[in-house]
Amino acid sequence: MYFNFAVPLALTIIALLMMAGLIGLQKLLAPRNPFARKLMPYECGEPPTGQAWINFNVRFYLIALVFVIFEVEVAFVYPIAAVYLDWVRSGRRLYALSEILIFLLILFIGLIYVWAKRDLEWIKNVPE
Amino acid sequence: MEAAEIYALVRARFPDQVVEIVEKRADPYAVVDPHAIAAICGFLRDDAALAMDCLNNQSGVDYKDRIEVVYHLFSYSHRHSAVLKVRLPRDNPSLASVEPVWNSANWMEREIFDLLGVTFHGHSDMRRILMPEDWPGWPLRKDFVEPLEYHGISTVRESPIIRLDEKKK
Amino acid sequence: MPLLNTLPDYVLTTRTDEMINWMRKSSIWYMLFGLACCAIELMHTGGPRADIERFGATPRASARQSDLMIIAGTLTLKMALRTRLLYDQMPDPKYVISMGSCANCGGLFQLAYSVCDGVDKILPVDVYVPGCPPRPEALTEGLLKLQEKIMAERWLARAPRVDGAVRA
Repeated sequence: MYFNFAVPLALTIIALLMMAGLIGLQKLLAPRNPFARKLMPYECGEPPTGQAWINFNVRFYLIALVFVIFEVEVAFVYPIAAVYLDWVRSGRRLYALSEILIFLLILFIGLIYVWAKRDLEWIKNVPE
Repeated sequence: MEAAEIYALVRARFPDQVVEIVEKRADPYAVVDPHAIAAICGFLRDDAALAMDCLNNQSGVDYKDRIEVVYHLFSYSHRHSAVLKVRLPRDNPSLASVEPVWNSANWMEREIFDLLGVTFHGHSDMRRILMPEDWPGWPLRKDFVEPLEYHGISTVRESPIIRLDEKKK
Repeated sequence: MPLLNTLPDYVLTTRTDEMINWMRKSSIWYMLFGLACCAIELMHTGGPRADIERFGATPRASARQSDLMIIAGTLTLKMALRTRLLYDQMPDPKYVISMGSCANCGGLFQLAYSVCDGVDKILPVDVYVPGCPPRPEALTEGLLKLQEKIMAERWLARAPRVDGAVRA
């Protein structure tokens, strides 16, 4: 009874069993002794001051967003590269090429927009 | 320039404020009036012939009847040094801060405040530097009595050597 | 018929308590709590020559990830409050090794105004390692004594303690 995803399925089941086993063992054996001073936020021995949620610069979010979009783009281009030769051999080379180039062009226009809006600069020198 | 000449220059400029110049071969020093210390230090730093641009050390000394603050000064351009001393009464000693003259006095004056209790007015950040913020008393004074406990931690412990001696008896 | 000498050589028998304790003693992660000169010897003990990492003891920087706190150095009163908070923030089961003369009893600085005479004024100590500073071999012996103490704990048949602590 060997189907295509038998091995990944077996690995997934083993991983789930292992996690269940370890966490179950921890629930059985580990001591549980919570009290207020222990659960305080850890600040290397000093009593914590101020809030835990603070404002941080939006550039982290923007760079992460741009990264994710182009990462997904690269992920889409990989299968195209894998099957491109088949398309060439069946004579539909221009069709495949134009499709992938239009895809890349749309995302490239997005990149130019982010670049022009100066969101790729880590430190923006705003004129006073 | 020799130290004696430096003190003579200071005395010429501030004739009433220099209380005493002690000429010893190894460590001559000048005792000055506590109310004029900021002016004298400013003069020592800004005068072109003296140019004392470095406060090497500022320390406090507790004698039984007074507290002294000692300034060791040095000039990098002229390579000469001088020592100033200021005498203060033991109860509530306070003095003008020389932090506006030399920035290095910042922590040194905090240490003198922490350990001897001398308040420096004009200091930007007058608080304890070595002992905990809520420590009672001035530890390096001769009449300091150690508190028996701090935040519930007892500060007394039987010395292990005493117990060993008793075991030997 | 008794089971003695009936099992072949490749079958390992043990008790659950011993097995659990063997796993725990072979992986004691200690918190780097070097305060003064004993910290140098602590670093040497974790270094290549007298290596406690071969016993499974690896250094951790955070109290939340360690089960052993090696107090290496003089404990001042100012630091004692923070040390107590760090000990409280370690997860159970936790152990304390007091390393060196200053952590045992205040050491050379016992009469000083700012020194907490001995770390056992604020924490429960499992092993005291004397020395000024103790040689890496001495600290390793302290760790081995702690491992013996861990092997003696009972997990399956112990009376629950009122404060919820784990020690046998």
